[in-house]
Amino acid sequence: MLAQQLFNGLVVGSIYALFALGFTLMFGVLGVVNLTHGFYLSIGAFVALYATQHGVAIWLALPLAALASGVIAIVVDGLLLTPLRRAKASELASLMVTLGATLLLYSIANAALSTDIRRFPPGVIDGSAIDLAGVRVTLTQCLIVASAAGLVAALLWLMNGSRLGMGLRALAERPDTAALMGVNAGALVRLVSLISGGLAGACGVLIGLNYNAIQPYMGEVMMLKGFAVIILGGLGDIRGALVAGLIVGLLETLTAGYVASSVKDGVGFALLVLTLWIRPSGLFGRIAVKRA
Amino acid sequence: MPEFIDDFLFTYQTLVYSLGINGLLALSIYVVLALGQLSMGQAAFMGMGAYVSALLTVKLGVAFPLVLLAAMLLPALAALIVGAPTLRLSGVYLALATIGLGEVQRIFFLNSELTGGALGLSGIPMKGGLVSIYGSLGLALLACIFVARSRIGRAMEAMREDELAAGALGVDLPAYKLAALVVSAMLAGLAGALNAHVTSFISPEDYGFHAAVSILSYALLGGIGSPFGPVLGAFILTLLPEVLRSLADYRGVVSGAIIVLVVIFMPRGLLTWRMGRVGAATRRPS
Amino acid sequence: MSAPRLEIEALTVRFGGLAAVDDVSFSVAPGTVHGLIGPNGAGKTTLFNLISGLVAPSGGAIRLDGQRIDDLPSWGRARSRLARTFQNIRMFQDMSALETVMTGMHTRLGEGLAASLLRMGGFRKAETGAVARAWELLAFVGLADAARRRSGDLPYGDQRRLEIARALALEPRLLLLDEPAAGMNPSETLALEDLLEKLKAQGLTILLVEHDMHFVMRLCDRITVLNFGRRIAQGAPHEVRADPRVVEAYLGARVARSLEAPQ
Repeated sequence: MLAQQLFNGLVVGSIYALFALGFTLMFGVLGVVNLTHGFYLSIGAFVALYATQHGVAIWLALPLAALASGVIAIVVDGLLLTPLRRAKASELASLMVTLGATLLLYSIANAALSTDIRRFPPGVIDGSAIDLAGVRVTLTQCLIVASAAGLVAALLWLMNGSRLGMGLRALAERPDTAALMGVNAGALVRLVSLISGGLAGACGVLIGLNYNAIQPYMGEVMMLKGFAVIILGGLGDIRGALVAGLIVGLLETLTAGYVASSVKDGVGFALLVLTLWIRPSGLFGRIAVKRA
Repeated sequence: MPEFIDDFLFTYQTLVYSLGINGLLALSIYVVLALGQLSMGQAAFMGMGAYVSALLTVKLGVAFPLVLLAAMLLPALAALIVGAPTLRLSGVYLALATIGLGEVQRIFFLNSELTGGALGLSGIPMKGGLVSIYGSLGLALLACIFVARSRIGRAMEAMREDELAAGALGVDLPAYKLAALVVSAMLAGLAGALNAHVTSFISPEDYGFHAAVSILSYALLGGIGSPFGPVLGAFILTLLPEVLRSLADYRGVVSGAIIVLVVIFMPRGLLTWRMGRVGAATRRPS
Repeated sequence: MSAPRLEIEALTVRFGGLAAVDDVSFSVAPGTVHGLIGPNGAGKTTLFNLISGLVAPSGGAIRLDGQRIDDLPSWGRARSRLARTFQNIRMFQDMSALETVMTGMHTRLGEGLAASLLRMGGFRKAETGAVARAWELLAFVGLADAARRRSGDLPYGDQRRLEIARALALEPRLLLLDEPAAGMNPSETLALEDLLEKLKAQGLTILLVEHDMHFVMRLCDRITVLNFGRRIAQGAPHEVRADPRVVEAYLGARVARSLEAPQ
């Protein structure tokens, strides 16, 4: 029973971590909390849904969905946040714009797609499960954990082991001087949008597979979990988001299993408020919290 | 009351009430925006006020003034718990924590038997009315004007423009932020209670993310140079779907688009007039 | 010699491993103008931020008239009547010049929420008094004619003087001026010097960071020289000017020349 709960928690936690990574990356590099992040998750799920409905295999639909979400993230950032960045607008101005954009995008998606719950075509992924030392493991769950691990590894390599990562870190530290050092800031901003939107899109496909339910507002539900994870992990801390995602996923699953499933959704928020009171710099305390 | 006013009220009662309540909500977010903070918890505070007041009236039969008081105190407490730890941090934390509060409260309302779950609460007696709604709005507006035209108003504008410089002039930044957040939560709670007692029915979805963004759009459209701006914004955005019926189905699109467009192209809002911050004549002494 | 107005004792701050201000001690006597100079990156502005409470020290003590102030937040220090200006002017753009100066009276005017709401007691009297005082201060810095203009619309030199008026509104025991002459043209600099001479004549205690050496040498009673976060010299202007360590710190021969030969 406990082993099964822990495994389920790991699966949910991988999804949360994947979602929060893009969120926190965006803040860490560009200094913006982009609330439209949840919307990219919905986009990813719908792209994969349409692709699979048209006979595309899921292993191809997943990267396709990530790419589509990433491209939309680039467009949204270019239209809304680039002008503010250029005008050196305040942090809150960017936050408010993404807030308005979130409602705008959801409302449009809602009108265009309706709020009915959709499901992937049957047989999109083998539904059978295997028994591993008493733990029931489905192929979907394996796909979720494997994709999450692969994407996280790729992101960590990109940030820490590549030239691009150096440029990104330079951009995060000193946006003005980064440009002088020959860092193509515009291109990097688009790259960050692509990665972050892509991660959210991939996450949407995995959630859609895990619960086999897709609807436009699915990203909004994730927003609360996302906030909890990025604040627990430390705003802008990539490794922190990874660990915090797993923690929130595990705690939620255990709460649902041993306390009551109705309390489950409060776990993330409770962790968020506790973190703010006790340790606002997050789990690892590496983030220098900007103080007033 | 003259007959034509009676007729008018009968036909447009709901609209007239919404105008006043939305005006009050716009002022509630103005109080925090005026010193450069962003609270996205206004809808949550409103919902808290609505549910608490409805439960107290329906289940316990508490007197209406006491109900209103409770509807202001509970959101104030929530604002303290969620807001206080964020006030020494960058403003992003308050925004995230208050959006989180709204979501978690919505989930609670949806699942709790006490609050009637997704069906909400109905049969709330019509104890509110023109006097309580517009009386509250008038008093709140007057209070905002008086406070703006004093050293407190100057300190608040100074914080919005440059927090660091305001601190160096002796403005106690965390105390101001906390006080503003608590007052703003109380105003929103009051608006929620009044709303519950004129619509007789409340449900969790009235106080979600959508409502929070709409309230912000009132203040941003109107402009925050004076307390009149947010009220004007609330009036316009409440009337707009009534005048243009076709817009009624796209309220989310309208609120969202207004915020995006105003922040990027019209950061001062419609009412660009800025109210003076001095509580006396400013003539040059001879 | 009277008790010091400001006393800095073994003040240190480290960012990461690097000490930006390293074991610095000095004191400022009441009624004097004390200069703080040093090459770029010597830690002058950091020291100012430490004194005014924008940066927390890693060690050491700061005393204002004998009272420890280093555990107070910036607004607490302002309440102890420590005022400052900023290297990059920090203006309340939308306020009128008059309102900007009145903002500086925040702690002096004690009206709370109730008094503001009910307009009771001495509220209107206090505001009227504050308006009159603000006009005086604006006249003192030569900005009376700009009183009703938007602060952000004033020319650069006027904004600097408005910032000084705003700081004076605190009725400071100690005024910190962070490069007041930066970006000013020669005539504006002269006007500023006149203004500071007037303040000095009134007995105001000033601690000043400035790059314009002639300005510093003419105005200051004592000078402390920083380099790489450490105090390397201190004394009257002529002593500091003759100190080889100071000349060496400034390295560039051009700067050394200008130190030797002020007009």
